[in-house]
This record gives sequence, C-alpha cells and structure tokens, in this order.
Amino acid sequence: MKPPPFEYKRVDSASEAASLLKELGADARILAGGQSLIPLMNLRLASPACLVDISRVDELDYIRSGNGNSSAPALSIGAAATQRDVELHADVLRAAPVLAEAISNSGVVPVRHRGTVVGSVAHADPSAEIPAAFLAQGGSVEAVSAEGAREISSEDFFEGVFTTALQEGEFVSAIRLAEWPSGSGHGFRELSITAESWPVATASVLIHLTDGAADRVSVVLGGVGSTPLRRPEAESILLGAEPTTETIAEAAEAAAAGLDPPSDTFGSGNYRRKIARVLTRRALADAVSRAGGKQ
Amino acid sequence: MSLSNHEISLEVNGKAAAAEVESRLSLADFLRRDLGLVGTHLGCEQGACGACTVLVNGRSMRSCLMLAVQADGCEVRTVESLAPGAELHPLQEAFRNHQALQCGFCTPGMLMRCIELIEENPELTEDEAREGISSNACRCTGYQYIVDAVLEAAGAMRE
Repeated sequence: MKPPPFEYKRVDSASEAASLLKELGADARILAGGQSLIPLMNLRLASPACLVDISRVDELDYIRSGNGNSSAPALSIGAAATQRDVELHADVLRAAPVLAEAISNSGVVPVRHRGTVVGSVAHADPSAEIPAAFLAQGGSVEAVSAEGAREISSEDFFEGVFTTALQEGEFVSAIRLAEWPSGSGHGFRELSITAESWPVATASVLIHLTDGAADRVSVVLGGVGSTPLRRPEAESILLGAEPTTETIAEAAEAAAAGLDPPSDTFGSGNYRRKIARVLTRRALADAVSRAGGKQ
Repeated sequence: MSLSNHEISLEVNGKAAAAEVESRLSLADFLRRDLGLVGTHLGCEQGACGACTVLVNGRSMRSCLMLAVQADGCEVRTVESLAPGAELHPLQEAFRNHQALQCGFCTPGMLMRCIELIEENPELTEDEAREGISSNACRCTGYQYIVDAVLEAAGAMRE
C-alpha cells in the first residue's frame, strides 16, 4: 500500500530537528533510515502528519571512539550512522563486537545500507537484535530536545513494546556504548524460522574473566517480553564463578526461568522460553571461549 | 498544515532527472511512474521481498522504503542501466544461460543486488553469493540457478 499524505522537512542540524519537534508536537516523527517507520506508514499502521528527516545531518553521522578516559564511553554512534557502516567499523568490531554481530543478524544488507543503529534503538521493538545488544553492552542514550540534551541510561530507556523513556519533543541523537575491559568475550545467538525472518528469540551476552573467574557479566534476552530483558538471576550465578559447562547450563536455566513470553505464529510462549534457555547457553559458551575461559 | 510538493533533481542511470514530487511518493513509484523506468518492480512495499532493489550512491537499497524526495541529489542505478542497447549485460546473459529466472518478477531487484555483490567482490565464492542474495526473495528458482549465474557472471566480468 501507499502511505497517507504527510509533510516532509529535511533538516541540516540536530537543533533544527529539535525546534521542529517542539513546534509540531506529537504530529511529527523523526525519519532517519526509515526502514521501520516507512513500512509502518505503507501498511497505514502509522500516519504521522510530518516527517523530520535527519538522515543527511552531517553532525549526526559519526562513529566515535572514547578518549581513553575510564569514565568515557567506548564508542558513540550518531543518529545518522547506518547499520552497515557501524557493523563494518573497526572500532565497533574491537570495542562492541556484540553490537556488530547483532547488526549482521538483523535485516538484510540493502536494509542495513539505509537503516540506522540509533533508529532501531529508538524504535524499541522487543524482538529486534540491535536494542538487545545495546542493552547487553550497556551505555546510554543521548536525548535531545529544544530545551537541551540529557543522558538516559540503557537500563532505563526501554519501557514497553515500541515505548521508551523519551518525552514528547525529544529524539535520540546518539547512543553511547560502555567500555568493557580488553579480553572480554561476547556471544550473540538468534533463532528465526527462515534466514531473514524476524527473530523468535535472541541472546546477547558479554563476560570478562580474571584468573578464570567471571568478574563482569551481562545477559540480555530479546523477543521474550515487552522489552529486551536483562537477566540478573543468570548473571549472579556466573559472577565470581568459573564458567564451566555446568555453571553455564545453570545460568541459562536461570535466565529462562520466570519468563512469560508472548505467543505468535512463529512460536508459542512456552517454546520461546525453552529456546531462550538454549540460546543463552550457546551465547555464553561462545563468550567464555572468546574470553579465554576453559569449559 | 498545507502539504507542499518538493523539487528534486537527481541522476538516474547517468542521466539528469528533475521533478516536483509529493512527500509520500516512494523512490520506486517515482522511477516507474514519473520516469517510466518500469523495470524496477514493486512487490511487498514493506522491504521484505527485494524486487524494488536499486543502487543509490552505489549501495543497494529498497526503493519502496525510500522517499523520492530523499533521493534528491543522489545517483540512482536501476536495472535499465545494465543493457542500454540490444546486447545483454554479462550478468543478464548468465541469468539466461542458467535459467536463473522463471516468472521474472524478482529479477530486476535480484540483478541489482547481484551486480553490487560482484562489483564489491569480483572473486566471490558460492557461499558468499548464496548469503548475498538472501536479501531478495525468489519463489520460482530455488536460488541455486541464481547462485550459478552469479558465479559465471563474476568470472565473465573478471575477464
């Protein structure tokens, strides 16, 4: 189908976008890559009165490494940076390989040529790969409005299905990814019914080992709740422990316990819970082996 | 709010094009309707099938998920660019030799994705070709003949 009529404004700066959002209120939506928004508009599930296009804002098209300062983020990704540019970027592969792997599992290359990482985070689809990997890596979202900018922790950003902590008039101008110590390992696993279909569930994990024991762990599941879900029950089993095959299996069990996933044509809630356990176990095994652990 | 049209100018298959377009016009509909380049097909209009794939500034994109107004100032390549005359492009020749199409609906998008794959990596392997075309749906061929055609075309284009 074709979308209903709307107004379109291309802006050249983040501040211009912010003032338009203020002026137009809830009628306006930010357009970046459009790979989530335009399908919704073509299906007439969304019908914003005005699109504010930030895809050509040069000051938002960046992938920047931190300045080496321990409180600085490892990486910042601007709202106009495409998924394809991010997944192939050497600094991303080094500092946030879980994000690179999640991106390469999301969409298809022609979609990733245009879709943005920040747009996927802001869209907050509970099954999508990119928000889950962002939450696993940790960091923050930079929310900009005509009143100024604020940082929202990745832990506080996702509130529900397609719902975030953004207020009216705000948009995400960048995400910042937390630094993980060198030698950390990551794992990303996904089950989808066909190679290119929407994921049934995903597991994104990071682990750092000191003397064989885990001293930092992050376990996040996608597709099993109304947001990507961090699983502290699983993380606490691994923290301080040597990640043996048994510990990993126990952590995976804990990650899936208590989930109440949605059911749809791709899988029942019960199936998703079982798959979440398996994906967590495999992602943890990948991460531990990349972190130099023995199993 | 009154709805305004937008003046755009872009390059399509090496030729300058200019038009006044409505905001909601997709790049695909602009190519087909305004420029008469009906080689680009529209399948699902939600980015899933890939029939509308064209190259924008050298990168494959879904022309159903891009607005014509967003292509202002861009260079667009469509399937019509492959064989401007009577002679087929080596990729089209390979598709014919291997019967890499049956109904032909996916073919324009498939060709544009394949040309990008070969231009990016003229030495691509069978696995890379198979993974590469996973962005585009074909309900007739089962993909094997397309993979064969891509490999043969890559070889022909290296020479």
